[in-house]
Parts: sequence; structure tokens; C-alpha cells
Amino acid sequence: MSALRILVPIKRVLDYAIKPRIAASGKAIDLTGQKMSLNPFDELSIEASVRLREEHKTRIEDILAFSAGPQKSQDALRTAMAMGADRGLLVDTATTELEPLAVAKILKRVVEKEKSNLVILGKQSIDDDAGQTGQMLAGLLGWGQATQAADIKLEGDTVTVVKEVDGGTETVKGKLPMVVTTDLRLNEPRYASLPNIMKAKKKKLEQIPLKDYGEGLEGRLEVLQLVEPPPRQGGGKVADVSGMISKLKELGAL
Amino acid sequence: MNPSNVLRNVARATRRPSVAAVPRQRLLATGLRLSGWRTVTTTSEVADKPGAAPAKKEVKFTADSYPNIQRGSQFSKLTAEDIAYFESICPIVSTEKGATQDDLESFNTDWMRKYRGQTTLVVKPKTTEDVSNILKYCNERKLAVVPQGGNTGLVGGSVPVFDEIVINMSAMNNVRSFDAVSGILTCDAGVILENADSYLRERGFIFPLDLGAKGSCHVGGNVATNAGGLRLLRYGSLHGTVLGVEAVLPDGTILDDLSLLRKNNTGYDLKQLFIGSEGTIGIITAISIVCPQRPKSQNVALLLVESFEKVQETFVKTKEQLSEILSAFEMMDINSQRLVRQVTGKSHPLKGEAPFYVLIETSGSNAEHDDEKVGALLQNLMEDEIILDGTMAESEAQVRELWTWREGVPEALGHWGGVYKYDVSIPLSELYLLVEDVRAKMSSLGLLSTPENPDNVVVDVVGYGHMGDSNLHLNIPVRGFDKRVEKALEPFVYEWIQKRRGSISAEHGLGVAKSEFVGYSRGPTELAVMQRIKNMFDPNEIMNPYKYIKA
Repeated sequence: MSALRILVPIKRVLDYAIKPRIAASGKAIDLTGQKMSLNPFDELSIEASVRLREEHKTRIEDILAFSAGPQKSQDALRTAMAMGADRGLLVDTATTELEPLAVAKILKRVVEKEKSNLVILGKQSIDDDAGQTGQMLAGLLGWGQATQAADIKLEGDTVTVVKEVDGGTETVKGKLPMVVTTDLRLNEPRYASLPNIMKAKKKKLEQIPLKDYGEGLEGRLEVLQLVEPPPRQGGGKVADVSGMISKLKELGAL
Repeated sequence: MNPSNVLRNVARATRRPSVAAVPRQRLLATGLRLSGWRTVTTTSEVADKPGAAPAKKEVKFTADSYPNIQRGSQFSKLTAEDIAYFESICPIVSTEKGATQDDLESFNTDWMRKYRGQTTLVVKPKTTEDVSNILKYCNERKLAVVPQGGNTGLVGGSVPVFDEIVINMSAMNNVRSFDAVSGILTCDAGVILENADSYLRERGFIFPLDLGAKGSCHVGGNVATNAGGLRLLRYGSLHGTVLGVEAVLPDGTILDDLSLLRKNNTGYDLKQLFIGSEGTIGIITAISIVCPQRPKSQNVALLLVESFEKVQETFVKTKEQLSEILSAFEMMDINSQRLVRQVTGKSHPLKGEAPFYVLIETSGSNAEHDDEKVGALLQNLMEDEIILDGTMAESEAQVRELWTWREGVPEALGHWGGVYKYDVSIPLSELYLLVEDVRAKMSSLGLLSTPENPDNVVVDVVGYGHMGDSNLHLNIPVRGFDKRVEKALEPFVYEWIQKRRGSISAEHGLGVAKSEFVGYSRGPTELAVMQRIKNMFDPNEIMNPYKYIKA
């Protein structure tokens, strides 16, 4: 039974309660001065890894929270550490935007260097909604993967994952090493307690510049434009029941 | 407070296009923010039998609960001509025009289902002139009226006692102007507080008042009752922020004191009389108010504290270290938190338990600066062992979630069928002692539920409130309104407060509930002057009768 070294990749994104505004360029979201938080799916991944430790105690050797992003991503990593990750690793991308394949390539090198044997990550980040990184990483590593996890069980070197699929769940089983992506019903993430927030400040947070990860990370796509969803059509009022019936008929609902 | 809140909160939570990607339980948590028992499944922990949940019982008529109040003999009864006249002015709801008692129910009954009037007519003016015409007519005909806003009051002030005509302000709901340089908003009285706030937020400002009922209450009602709320600590009372009032006097005169000036020392400050007058000297039809900048950065922390002494220490330290960015300091006792947990079925953000919980909010302009200050404060509080534990919101969702543990208290308490509510100001050092004394009294009378007697009428005795303003909410959730409980509470609570020179009504007003007790906080001279003011404005006493002050 191998010791577990868990890698939890996370991302700092525009807080989901904030309405995104398109920047003047029309090609990006304006993030200046906006509230940024941890990607909600990533909270689930951290919670899942911390619960694995609570269940399996000493067998969990390490929980490493990872992020590739600007300097400010340190906040997200500190939050992850306050929730229970042991240390943090930030690949400083400065202003470079990474596509999922580039992130997966970086993660592959992190996995190899850190000897991780379980990667738990959100099924998508709510800013780009690409939903690709986990799958690409599993492909690059040649590992098994279980996506959209609603439950994760570890017995020996076997990982059993309940997956959310259309109309229900699908339960799959695989051997370590493995990539698991998290979905909504997996757990209810904890609040970091003050003592843990303070302890997190003293935990190790390593920083590596993006260039140390070599070539092949450049983007392949160009954003042409961002468009807001069409505004909702306002409702109308009808005077009485017969008015309503005729309106419904007019709309073809009757 | 009401279902519209739920919708609005869900709407807010779903504004983000990628909503499908958001964890559902969080969305739900946000949606349920103020929804209380109406939508939440109950987990039965104490003595809450299935089916014991509040049945849709008929609400007792206020006139029956207060047999000493008699209908004013000077008032006329409505005639068909009266109704025809009102109908010529604006939309009305009238039993003469086919409306049923059910249609009138929401205008006759308050949201706590504690007060119920017997009106047969609701008028919904659309303009100030409509209000003027209505009042002029009522004054001449000696028809009593009740001005009504969002009907979210807690003292029965916004519903009739007998057959008073309800003048519902909901159709006057337009913003009249906003000056983005001075931050001064002028709007109709019937604008819903949350709508005013959203309007301002889009323009980089906020309404200087925030309270749990914001999704339903009207700004006119807020001013008429001088509502306090969650941010009074930071932005001050409406007596300071309201710059002007447009009001219609009982004889139909339109008093246009809609000033846009912060400084105006020219004679008596008439608008101040309307702030907190509870519709007894006229109807506020519009207000102008100075609004602060929308804070760019907000932090919320929830703390666990072992005693009320430590809560006070926390307050002192918090003021010291956060000074200008502190925007709320709320105290909740453990009983309130347990009841919210029980009613909503949610798990509490803090793992352990302690007698007191404190919620701190900061509003500032520089997130880094604020984070550093809050971080340093929390570290000091922990290191000096003033608090036991705590947590900090890391996202907007968590900000809202932490607030539900304060804002959700009143709604959760209503779960068992009734709540006796006292909203009082007490010198800070003795603030919580009142809760302990009332609890001891209920216990000694054998009225309090215990593990042995889980069905006793008093569910619990709960204290929470705006610590920053020395304002305590003493709440006694009950399984039904009960004379024994009332006898135990009154005049005990009022005498207790009088001894400490506190106020029997800090921010909820007087209405029906407290009008006869006003003497505990005001002397005969003060009351006599108040009575003269009332007589001067409203000699026929048609405005919101049977309430407010009883000389």
C-alpha cells in the first residue's frame, strides 16, 4: 500500500457572485479592482483531499496545493493551506494566459518532480469553463481518470469514484496513480478557522517562474471577441384570464 | 422576509452567465438567505414534532387582542360615494368592488401574523397629488387612515386596528433623481430598499441603511419608522443621512421639504419630525438622502467568544484596530445560532460552540490595507485569548453565508408559531443581562422548554443585536402566543429597562405594541409636547390612530 502524495491544482478566478464586465478591448473580462476568489470547484478538491487525510491519517504523506497564475494567486494558495493543504507551489505566469494544454504540461512536470500519485482538481474553472485540464493531464501521464466525482473512496491502492452523469451516477474503480476531477455534490467545503489561517501564513509557499517550465506552453487560440448574454426580455401584463389565454395561444403554448 | 426575497436572491446569485458551473449547494445557500421556514426542511432536534410547525392559523384581530382599544367614535364609516371618489383617483382594492377578505389579508395582517385589522378598502396612490387628494377627502370626511409601506414592521404600526383605510405606497416607486457628484438620491417613498440599493450600486454608491427586510421594505417606511439596521454603526441614523422629505399633511397640504442640502440652518428642521413619526402626522411621499460610496473592499469575520465580558473586550479592540473601516459589529448568543441551525438544517461555519458569536464587517476602499488590518486584529484577538476561534469569508458567497447566521435569526425564530420581540437600548455593560434575567424568570415559572418538558410554551430566550449601537434584540420564540408569557414579560422587561435608563424601543418603533409603554422611556413633559405636535398637524386624529404615543 503506497503512501499518498496528493496534488491539488487550483485557480484564482473572479468571484462567482460578481457580474463579469467585458473590458474595453472586447476580448477579455475586466478584472481590475474586482473581488477574486478561489474557483468554487477547487474548494471541493481541497476539501476532498483534506477529508482523505482525516480518514487515512498517516498514509497521506503530502497535500500540495498548486496554482499557475499571477502573484496574487498566493491568496488562493494560502486559503488552500488554511483549509488543510501542507504547502503551496506557485508558477508565476505574470501576465501570460495559459491554455488548458499548457497547464496540463506544467502539471505533468510537477507530478513527476513531486512524485504525486493522486491529482484531485476541479472539473472546470468558472472563468474559462474549458473543462479540459484534468483529462489532458491524465492523457499526458498515461494515468487512469475519473471525472465529475460525487464521491471518492480509497481502499488500499484502489480508488472508487462515484461520477455524476446525465440522469444519475456512474461508479468506477481504478488503481493509483489517478486523476480525479470534482463535481458539485462531492462535499461541502469547510471554512478555514482562524488558527488555521494563521498557521497557513507560516506554511511553505514555493515560487517558480514560468520560464523554468520550458517550451511548448504558448497558446494556440486567439480570443476574437467576448459577448454578453442577451438581456432578458421583460415580461408583459395581461388584463384578465381571457387576455392570458389569447396570449398563450398567440405564443403557441395552447 | 417574504418569498420575493428568495427570488431576488436567487436572481442575484444567477446573474453570472456560467451559473451552471457553480456548486449547487452554494447557490441554494444563497437563495435561502432569508427564506426561513417557508422553504427549508426542518431537522427535528429538540421538541419539534412534525406537524407542530406553524399551521396557517387565523390571526387574531388586533381589536380582540387589545380589548381596551375602542374604535374612535368621531370616525365616519365608508360609504359607496367614498369608494367611488377614491376609485376616481387611483387603483383601489375594496370589498365593495368584488375583493374578498383573502385579497385584503396581506394589507390587514402583518408579516409576523400577530396583528390583524379589518379594513375593507386599500388605496394605491400613484402620485403625491393622489395622496393629497385622498388625505384631504379623508380629513373632511373624518375617515381614519393607515399609511403602509412594505408592511415589514414589528410593532403592528403598518396595519389597521379597525376599519382604517390602508394607503399603500407601493405604486409610488420611482427614483426621481441621483447626483453622482454629491451622492444624493431623491426617490418616491414606495421604492423598495433593495431596489434603491441596487440602483445606487450600479452607480458606485450604496444606500446608507441595510436591514434584513430589505427585499420588501420601502424607503418611505424606513424613514417614517427611523429604521436603524445593520450599518448604523458606520453611516449613522437616518436623522443624519436624510436631507429632505416630501410629505402630505392630513389636510392635503403638500409639504415640499425635499432639500438637497447637507447644511441648512434656516428655521425649524421640519423633516426631522417626520423621521420616526410612524405615519401619525402625515404621509412621506418622497425622500432625499445622502449616500456613501460603495466600498470597494469588504471583509466579514465570524468569531466565537466565551463570555459577554470577552465580547466587550473584542468590541474595544475591534474599534481600536479597525476604526474607520468597521461597518458592523453584531452579537448573537449561542441559542440563536442553535435555532438557526435547527431550522435551516445547515452546518455552522464554526466547528466548536461557545456562549457568544460576533460578526464583524469592514467596508473600505483598499482591499490590501483592509485585509492587513483585519488579519492583524484577528491575530491579536486569538493571541490575547479574547476569542476562542473564528473564520473569515474568502469569497462573496462566504460573505453572504456568514451574514445569514445573523440576518437569518429573526426568520428562524418564527418557526414555532410566534415570537415576542423586544428591541431595546441598554448601556453596553448590562446589555446581555436582560436576556439572562428573562430566561431565569421563564425557567422559574416553568414556561421554558427543557429536555424533560420539551413542549413548554417558551421555546427559548434569545438575545442578539447591534452591539455597536448598544441595541439588543430580546426574542422569545413560543409555540403560540400565551397570556402567561405576556404576564411574565410585561411590565417586567420595561421596568428592567427603565431602571437602567434604557429605551424600550431602539429601532423598531412603537406602533400598537409599545404605545402604552412609552412612559417607561419618556417623561410626562416630553409626552405632552409630543401630543401638542400631533394635535397641531392632525387635529382630527385621522392619521394612524390607536398607535404611537398614548398621552
